Amino acid sequence: MILAWLIVIPLVAGALAWLAERQSPRLVRWITLLALGVDLALVAAIWLNAPAVTETPRPGWLVEAERAWIPRFGIGFHVAMDGLSLLMVALTLFLGLVSVACSWTEIRERVGFFHANLLWSLAGIVGVFVALDLFLFFFLWELMLVPMYFLIAIWGHENRVYSAIKFFIFTQASSLLMLAAIVGLAFVNASATGEWTFNYFDLLGIDISPNVAMWLMLGFFIAFAVKLPMVPLHTWLPDAHTDAPTAGSVILAGILLKTGAYGLIRFVVPLFPDAALRIAPLAMTLAVAGILYGAVLAFAQTDFKRLVAYTSVSHLGFVLLGVFAWNELALEGAVMEMIAHGLSTGGLFAVAGALQERLHTRDMSRMGGLWAQMPRMGAIGLFFAIASLGLPGLANFVAEFLVLLGAWSVAPAFTAVAATGLVAAAIYALVLIQRSFHGQPRREVRAADFDRREMAYSAAMIVVLIWLGLQPRPVLDAARATFEALGVAAAIPEQGDAQ
Amino acid sequence: MQDALWLVPLLPLAGSAILFATRGELSDRSVSVVGVGSVGLSAVVALAIAAGFLAADGFPVSRSALGAWIESGAFSVRFGLYLDALSLVMMLVITVVGFLIHLYSVAYMDGDEGYSRFFAYMNLFAASMLVLVLADNLLLLYLGWEGVGLCSYLLIGFWYRDPANGYAARKAFVVTRAGDTAMLIGLILLATTFGTLDVQEILTGAEQEWQPGAGLALAASALLLAGAVGKSAQLPLQTWLPDAMAGPTPVSALIHAATMVTAGMYLIARMHTLYELAPAVQLAVAVVGALTLLLAAFAALSQRDIKRILAYSTMSQIGYMFLALGVGAWSAAVFHFMTHAFFKALLFLAAGALIVAMHHEQDIFRMGGLRRRMPLVFWAFVIGAAALASVPLVTSGFYSKEQILAGAWSAERGAVWLGLAGLAAAFLTSVYIFRAVFIVFFGAPAPAPAGRHADESETPMPGATAAARSRVERTSGGFSRGASPSAEAGAPHADHRPDPTRTADGRRMRAAIAIPLVALSVLSIVGGFVETPASLGHVAVFSGLMESALPATADAESGAREIVLELAAAIVSLAGIAVAYWLFFPGTRRATRARAVAAGTPDRPPWPLALDRLWASGWGFDRIYDAVFVRPFMLAARLLRGDPVDRFYDGIASSLRAAWRGAAESQTGELRWYAAGMLAGLVIVVAVTLLL
Repeated sequence: MILAWLIVIPLVAGALAWLAERQSPRLVRWITLLALGVDLALVAAIWLNAPAVTETPRPGWLVEAERAWIPRFGIGFHVAMDGLSLLMVALTLFLGLVSVACSWTEIRERVGFFHANLLWSLAGIVGVFVALDLFLFFFLWELMLVPMYFLIAIWGHENRVYSAIKFFIFTQASSLLMLAAIVGLAFVNASATGEWTFNYFDLLGIDISPNVAMWLMLGFFIAFAVKLPMVPLHTWLPDAHTDAPTAGSVILAGILLKTGAYGLIRFVVPLFPDAALRIAPLAMTLAVAGILYGAVLAFAQTDFKRLVAYTSVSHLGFVLLGVFAWNELALEGAVMEMIAHGLSTGGLFAVAGALQERLHTRDMSRMGGLWAQMPRMGAIGLFFAIASLGLPGLANFVAEFLVLLGAWSVAPAFTAVAATGLVAAAIYALVLIQRSFHGQPRREVRAADFDRREMAYSAAMIVVLIWLGLQPRPVLDAARATFEALGVAAAIPEQGDAQ
Repeated sequence: MQDALWLVPLLPLAGSAILFATRGELSDRSVSVVGVGSVGLSAVVALAIAAGFLAADGFPVSRSALGAWIESGAFSVRFGLYLDALSLVMMLVITVVGFLIHLYSVAYMDGDEGYSRFFAYMNLFAASMLVLVLADNLLLLYLGWEGVGLCSYLLIGFWYRDPANGYAARKAFVVTRAGDTAMLIGLILLATTFGTLDVQEILTGAEQEWQPGAGLALAASALLLAGAVGKSAQLPLQTWLPDAMAGPTPVSALIHAATMVTAGMYLIARMHTLYELAPAVQLAVAVVGALTLLLAAFAALSQRDIKRILAYSTMSQIGYMFLALGVGAWSAAVFHFMTHAFFKALLFLAAGALIVAMHHEQDIFRMGGLRRRMPLVFWAFVIGAAALASVPLVTSGFYSKEQILAGAWSAERGAVWLGLAGLAAAFLTSVYIFRAVFIVFFGAPAPAPAGRHADESETPMPGATAAARSRVERTSGGFSRGASPSAEAGAPHADHRPDPTRTADGRRMRAAIAIPLVALSVLSIVGGFVETPASLGHVAVFSGLMESALPATADAESGAREIVLELAAAIVSLAGIAVAYWLFFPGTRRATRARAVAAGTPDRPPWPLALDRLWASGWGFDRIYDAVFVRPFMLAARLLRGDPVDRFYDGIASSLRAAWRGAAESQTGELRWYAAGMLAGLVIVVAVTLLL
């Protein structure tokens, strides 16, 4: 039941944190850190002992647990973890710790409730990554949204209410479609077998007429595409990211978007392989459009956070491209991109938050030359910007290279156009640094450089980005276990086959 | 000994890591020890490896791997190094010239507020460049390739306070990245075709599977060429190099002259089999080279910023290397790379000493008569200029350029017009570089800005220094420029640092400048004697070495013309100097110049002004690219700024709000309105039912 603990610990800790507010805000933060730290240790234990802890006969899966919940409809508390889930949960908890650290001094009001929402949202996200009962999945999918709505609406910036409502409506409307599709899928299965079930494994590979499959698939697809976000369903993202508090932005960009990609990989393609294949050209077109559109819009922004927000649209385009190329290399690249983007963009949002805390503005026309006063922050911002533009040696390059390599064998033309996104990435990333840290320093700015806490969490993210950029193997291997179980084909013929 | 090969790139990398980790908290002296020492040690290791390599029979190729990098199913890439004659020469030049330039930087960057940051970037550059030339697979090569691009960006924009430097840095990165991205697609094409990115496996695979002229061979080699022209500042991606001179002068010497910009040459030489299988693309390499060397030579004629003269000259000389590659004179290209690294680094370092002595004045017309004031720099510059102009017999440039010209004429893939282009540019080279020599070093001392404000005992003000220096370093060439830079140079924030070769700043600084200048002067002279033509002693050490890695030049006809060609090259070189003397030597045109000064147009060029403006602007490429790429991109950004897709959702929101308002207003609370509404509804329902 280790997986249940992963969800329960943050849920309970959230309640405790709320209560602890009366004692001291410090206690709240330490409770949160402790809960997330314990969770992360549990995940590390699963990862390190992967073969030993395997308690399920299913190939590719490490841990599985199932309890009946609403037996009448075949709904169960069914959770399981494979390589993909493991990576996503690890990313969630790691960025959760970062987001606590980076809002250490930013959040001063209602500290307890803030951290409670943070923990509940993270619990929902962890749950989403391990739930294998579609009803439970939907339940947790909703669970992660509501606290996030509060995080934006209460502790956000200028337009917080507008942005929070927009975020909520977009995700809520699309998850309604998903709910309909989930029930529809269960109904199709029930009318064929005479038995209700929402179990993922039971619903895999059932016979559905192509027409019905297409509609059901679209229900899932749109919900995940909004979350991803796919152009043109992305417009909630820049507002939500810009107005969220720093921790909210880190979690939104770093993890919440990844639930969309995860859903595509876990549900859309395996449940409806043929329908997914039919919309692949459209999805890949929109992926490439997103890469370029996001990059151009990022360049056009004057708000630091908004710029970073649009880079997410661009980067997640690579994920979408990789998912719909649906071969080993592209998918491993997509998973790597999810992690790398989480870290590099999370890092940039942390820098943005630190800037806002010090300068009380995100407007880059009022920045410039900050390097002179804050060389450490400048160097760290520069590092994340460079990671974001995909410099070899860092994780993002491995990701984008594998996506392009895998997609090339499926759709060379799309791949070539997508690659031009790398040029555009260089433009926006370097402009970001120019407008904020380079240039002539302004006299009136007086602000402290990164302190030890800020250096610590930045260093943690930097180390992981370099480590995965040079030794991506652990991540690629973990992801491959999932894809092998799904029977995904390799992109490149074995060496020697070419002859 | 070969196991130590990894030390060569890892030592500078460690130096860089130390400097980054200490975040500028080390003393300048420790920074110098780490920064220069790491590259120095790397050079020692490289020399030891070279000794072992040359002593062994038949130049044994060696490989060493440091584990896997990316592994996914059948596809795998490792951290592997490959040492053959080609990478050996590249490695030696990078470490030795790199060490000399690092040493020089100790003096040049002395007192700069970013002293530690500078050496951190420079060491990172050296490490990346070494990875680039030593990598045994294309992806690791690409890591080095992008790494040097990053360092180039960081160092061009080193003095970050001036937005112009930042612009130049971004321009360099983005323009080269356009090429890099094409190259990455080329890598993907090769990886999907051969299932590997190992260079040797690709080359053997290509030889076995591809017919000459095969479509895939053409595509792959053309995509790699796009990467090469970007990095090497060849047409059509050459526009970033002149602006890159915004960086500190040691950076220009190391990155934008001696090493990084030759990476394109290295890539093509490394992948030579692909180009032999794609004759059309190989011809394109030659044409790109020939066009670039001519256009850049003309542009160099009209620059007045000494660094921009050298920048265009670099472009032009790399054009020679591309020309050599394009005609299959592989060894000649590498040979010219080596000699060029020596004399161009020398020219830049000498120019740096001039620039510092002139208080960061870069306009040659504001120098003059420096021969007596700075004899060491004068001789160094003259030796470099002579080698660049390939003065016959005594300079290294003569031997390497002569080989290229011979290849262009008589190699199987050569052509008369390629040879003529090379010869014409050789003439122009002599003219433009000796124009600089005569104007800078001879005649009456120009009214130096030094006298205006310099109190040489004053302590340097790092911040102000950097700002003033960067401001001056970006001044561009061209007569069309209205404002005179001297007004800026005389501004209160100008540099107060004394001439480093002359003052009591210490023997340390003097040595740090003098040792590299002397060493590179010697190399610029003797570096060519490792390879001489048949009629002049017939030393073939270099080509003998190269033949272990690259195919010999396929000659269409015997070397009967050789002596004629040597004579032609010699005459052209000397004639160019003579013409430069006639046009620019202060004594010869004194009368004309005096008249011109009286007429208010000093330094009037001896060719039409319109032409001069065109050349000074580098043939107007910037303006064309601005119109074709930059403006449309900016326009798109401006039009899309507000995210037009969101207008659709705004539309939904506002129509819902309108509907809500309409519905709300209908709720008046007046009974007769409700009754009327119900009646109307009833009528409509009945009518519809009856009619249908």
